Amino acid sequence: MAAVLDLPMSVVRPRARRVAGVPVALVGIALAYLTLFLFLPLFAVFFEALRKGWGVYAAAVADADAWAAIRLTLLAAAIAVPANLVFGVAAAWAIAKFDFPGKSVLITLIDLPFSVSPVVSGLIYVLVFGLQGWFGPALADHGVKVIFAVPGIVLATIFVTFPFIARELIPLMQAQGREEEEAAVLLGANAWHLLWRVTLPNVKWGLLYGVILCNARAMGEFGAVSVVSGHVRGLTNTLPLHIEILYNEYQFAGAFACASLLAILALVTLVLKTWVESRVARETVI
Amino acid sequence: MLRLIRAFTALVLAFAAASSQADVTLLNVSYDPTRELYQDFNKSFAKYWEGKAKETVVVKQSHGGSGKQARSVIDGLDADVVTLALAYDIDEIAERAKLLPADWQKRLPHNSSPYTSTIVFLVRKGNPKGIRDWDDLAKPGVSVITPNPKTSGGARWNYLAAWGSVLKKGGSEAQAKDLVARIYGNVAVLDSGARGSTTTFVERGIGDVLIAWENEAYLSVKELGPGKFEIVTPSLSILAEPPVALVDKVADRKGTRKVAQAYLEHWYTPEAQEIAARNFYRPIDPQVAARHEKEFPKVNLFTIDQVFGGWQRAQKTHFADGGTFDQIFQPGRK
Repeated sequence: MAAVLDLPMSVVRPRARRVAGVPVALVGIALAYLTLFLFLPLFAVFFEALRKGWGVYAAAVADADAWAAIRLTLLAAAIAVPANLVFGVAAAWAIAKFDFPGKSVLITLIDLPFSVSPVVSGLIYVLVFGLQGWFGPALADHGVKVIFAVPGIVLATIFVTFPFIARELIPLMQAQGREEEEAAVLLGANAWHLLWRVTLPNVKWGLLYGVILCNARAMGEFGAVSVVSGHVRGLTNTLPLHIEILYNEYQFAGAFACASLLAILALVTLVLKTWVESRVARETVI
Repeated sequence: MLRLIRAFTALVLAFAAASSQADVTLLNVSYDPTRELYQDFNKSFAKYWEGKAKETVVVKQSHGGSGKQARSVIDGLDADVVTLALAYDIDEIAERAKLLPADWQKRLPHNSSPYTSTIVFLVRKGNPKGIRDWDDLAKPGVSVITPNPKTSGGARWNYLAAWGSVLKKGGSEAQAKDLVARIYGNVAVLDSGARGSTTTFVERGIGDVLIAWENEAYLSVKELGPGKFEIVTPSLSILAEPPVALVDKVADRKGTRKVAQAYLEHWYTPEAQEIAARNFYRPIDPQVAARHEKEFPKVNLFTIDQVFGGWQRAQKTHFADGGTFDQIFQPGRK
């Protein structure tokens, strides 16, 4: 095995030496780009957040409205991610392992939230569940609130994040093919066994990767949630909306303090993502 | 697995259940620059109501461009009271959603407007472009910041103030249209709400002059460093009357009519009028107004009823689809 791997490397090496300047230049460009568009803003967020000291930072994060926003953000993600996990696995399993009419239509529909502007996704719910919308009056008669309340925010979050897990799993499952499933069925496995014992173990790292991306977007979503939120502070503000409000109220330190929470979330996501990627890489080598 | 799901559900429910500690909760849907005003006013009302009815009341706030906020109430945002930038937006709620009677504006004194304001200019220190009056905004090379009249109430007051200033000086409608067209030709950024425009001008440093609510101009000078900006009061401006109203259907459904009504009436007490003045809104109580006379420069003010025949007509002529604003404002086509 090792001998086979060595062969192409020795072929590549002399060519790489001839263009030695190119990698250095490329890395330089990439680093400059990252510094300008990523590290600098990231640094600015933390710098601004802490400019007035830890006291102001702690006060902004511990504020009752900020806590309500954090709670709502976590709640929306805690409902949206599991819902999309179930949907994503079901859709990917169906698309990758079975043949049925309308398959390409389903694939297109899954991509819909990616191609629609988040503002439009929010407006759809206003048109459907708003007081002047299709079901709004009937729901209002029964005292059910969807938009400008938590259910609307959860719905909008689910809508904008539902492609993440399915999109992650479909190519992976398709690449793995159906042989293992077919073998399992021949050996007498039922659908449940097939899913738990064969399909899911094969895609578990891809699945986790999808969950992480889905969660990051669920917590960070602004546009769609902004449309259905109503912006009632302490009730229907998620963390990104709360940041906008603080910024508009001249509470810049507070706004950046809350923004730093989202930035920390992004960094944690990045670390988790890298870890998952390394696991995936190791598993595929083995 | 089942245990995991159960634990998770419990956690979610715990998150959802937290909150709600007051006897009564009101929702006040307001426009953009009133954030600080209502923070103070809500505290004052909560104290008053606790003393009077022995009930704790928490007033939740929602802020945004006035037109957008009205739209949200029409679409079902549960406002017990609306406190918007102009009467037309509340008319829309009455007409489209029938949540309050059409004659809502007659129910409280002073056209239901417990505080007033006007439109002034905020310029950079030293007034480098020498802006003194409405004509100066139309000069070539002056970069103007104002919000979008389609979504912002303040922007509509700005627009009508410019237009009316020409008429009041004896000019014709055509001359007014020409001036306003040239002012909007100078607009650099058109934000959706007044607070967005303020941030654009003050924080992002774009533009030579911000056409703003008087209260917003004073607030930004106070919040963001006196000495960086100057307020210029034009010779003529409009009397802006931001009205307040009870949203009957919502308040009745939630059983909050009594508190909501008291909330609005509280505005007409000297204590609340004092709060308005402290937040740079012109009080309507003559005694309180007299006490703060020095802080508010004397401006020759005209009303929307005198010059434009009321909001319904002004809206139709100027801001409806195909109105004068659509005729004069065509970005990219100069």
